Amino acid sequence: MTDTGKPRLEKTGAGEPAPTGSPIPAGDGSPVPAEEGSPVPPRPRFTVPGWAKRIAAVNEAWTFGVLVLLVAFFTIAAPGTFLTQYDITQIATNAAIYLVLGVGMTFVIIVAGIDLSVGSVLVLAAVLSGEYTVHHGGAESGWGTITVAALIALATGLVWGAVQGLLVAKAKVPPLIVTLGGFGAALGLAQIITGGQDLTGAVSGKLQHSIGFGKLFGQIPWLVVIAFGTTVLFGLVLAYTRFGRYTYAIGSNAEGARRVGIAVDRHLVLVYALAGLLAGLGSVMWLAYFGTTSIAGHSTDNLKVITAVVLGGASLFGGRGSVLGTVIGVFIPAVLTTGLIIIGVQQYWQDVAIGVVLVLAVYLDQFRRRSRDRG
Amino acid sequence: MTEPLLEARGVTKHFGHVQALQGADFTAWPGEVVALIGDNGAGKSTLVKTLSGTIRPDGGQILVDGAPVRLTSPLDARRYGIETVYQDLALAPDLDAAANLHLGRELFRGGLLGRLHVLDRAAMRRSAVAAFAELGVDLQDVGVPVASLSGGQRQSVAVARAVAFANRIIFMDEPTAALGVVQRGRVLDTIRRVRDRGIAVVLISHNMPEVLSVADRVEVLRLGRRVARFTAAQSSVEELVGAMTGALDPASNGGAA
Repeated sequence: MTDTGKPRLEKTGAGEPAPTGSPIPAGDGSPVPAEEGSPVPPRPRFTVPGWAKRIAAVNEAWTFGVLVLLVAFFTIAAPGTFLTQYDITQIATNAAIYLVLGVGMTFVIIVAGIDLSVGSVLVLAAVLSGEYTVHHGGAESGWGTITVAALIALATGLVWGAVQGLLVAKAKVPPLIVTLGGFGAALGLAQIITGGQDLTGAVSGKLQHSIGFGKLFGQIPWLVVIAFGTTVLFGLVLAYTRFGRYTYAIGSNAEGARRVGIAVDRHLVLVYALAGLLAGLGSVMWLAYFGTTSIAGHSTDNLKVITAVVLGGASLFGGRGSVLGTVIGVFIPAVLTTGLIIIGVQQYWQDVAIGVVLVLAVYLDQFRRRSRDRG
Repeated sequence: MTEPLLEARGVTKHFGHVQALQGADFTAWPGEVVALIGDNGAGKSTLVKTLSGTIRPDGGQILVDGAPVRLTSPLDARRYGIETVYQDLALAPDLDAAANLHLGRELFRGGLLGRLHVLDRAAMRRSAVAAFAELGVDLQDVGVPVASLSGGQRQSVAVARAVAFANRIIFMDEPTAALGVVQRGRVLDTIRRVRDRGIAVVLISHNMPEVLSVADRVEVLRLGRRVARFTAAQSSVEELVGAMTGALDPASNGGAA
């Protein structure tokens, strides 16, 4: 964290478990590069070096390739404009909140679930913490209020997520429905509380000037630092701890996991609670940066975040995905937006491009799955 | 003779109106292969699930080494050294063989990392390699996802998982049903080798010749009760089938229902 903010993209990825290391993080390495048949026949003509094969076998490598291509394209198309430090900082800041939401969503999707509620939970958490701030000093409030307001936001997300998790795990309501209900209900509550109007004085000026616009060592925006820390922490949890392994195991075969004695229900609750908690954290970041609750502004967060996670190689059928992949998946749309603006293409093309890329990514996933799974 | 390793006495279980077990008995002795056979719906699966802790019986007694126990979960059963190879194998296809072998029994790194539940992958990998070698399973790489293994290899992973941790008894539900001839032979060899270590193997199978070739004893379930016991060496396929269907029922009481 001590160097300059320059190599932002690489840095965010580099803190993750390296994809080149030999023990592929359990579950996310399809062993087969899609097009080539799996039981590789001897190839006398030329040999691919072992390290290259291993990199190609890691899902993230392909997505990362796409990201690199995009960056290369825009750098060439708009030399001297794209990929300046200002640009990178901007891209990273815009991506920070989605990244935090995406980390939670990664766990949920790997466990073969889905969370449509993230954007609304973010709004509800923002509104509840904003209400507290309004009545405890408003824009002039100090660190005491800021702390309590942040805790309220985190707790709101955590509790909301845990309740959704309970409904999924214990009541056996499909996660799509539970979180669709949660999506509507959380937003509705936020609108009831505020009368549909964004609160004024919902954010302390101190919070905005420190976390919102402030930079670590005058270089790296605090939002990015928070997102980076969250990403690394939960990336490590997913890749290296028992919690992570159970996440993959449950997404892969929930009944099997139950039979080997894994507390599946409890784990599901924890995963959804984590997604909620991170939505709460996202709301704090949002308030700090934008200074408003933006009740109407989060209706498509869920789709953006799910897109990023799936672009990052996670399978909607569960069992596969990684935080590193999600990082890449978050940056692809972010780079596209900025890049298209810079080269002067109408930015709505971004949505078209993302849509195409998303469908393509899932198609490739299916294809790879079929070529890997033997009946 | 010594105590039975595992004994069920008068176990009952019903699902709704269906009386799956009507006072079923079962006995497994140390170091034997005992086959549990019965027609479809005889209650084999239910009995095995009760004995491996997956479902709780309504009544009756389960004894381990002669002492009554309550098996409320598969974990309980595992604690008593009872392992099960399920018919569907219960493997996580996205995880590799080493991870599957240790699923629910992960090894942690030492010190602080261990307290944070950080996995010791190298140790699990080593122990998996050792477990497979011991069974004579040739897995070139214990690090590839189980989904990309062949049916026989997957079967081996599931069997190795049970063998590696069982110290009393292993239930195997149709372990050879999905296998080819060579692999079938291997699994049967494995079963004998496990028995020779003093562990009881309970084999659930529909394949009568196979039962007679590998089992030491045969217990027959019909309509939720144990209706016959055979010594495999002195019985024929006809006798077994007769007991299963009730045609030659030695303990015939006209059946229930």
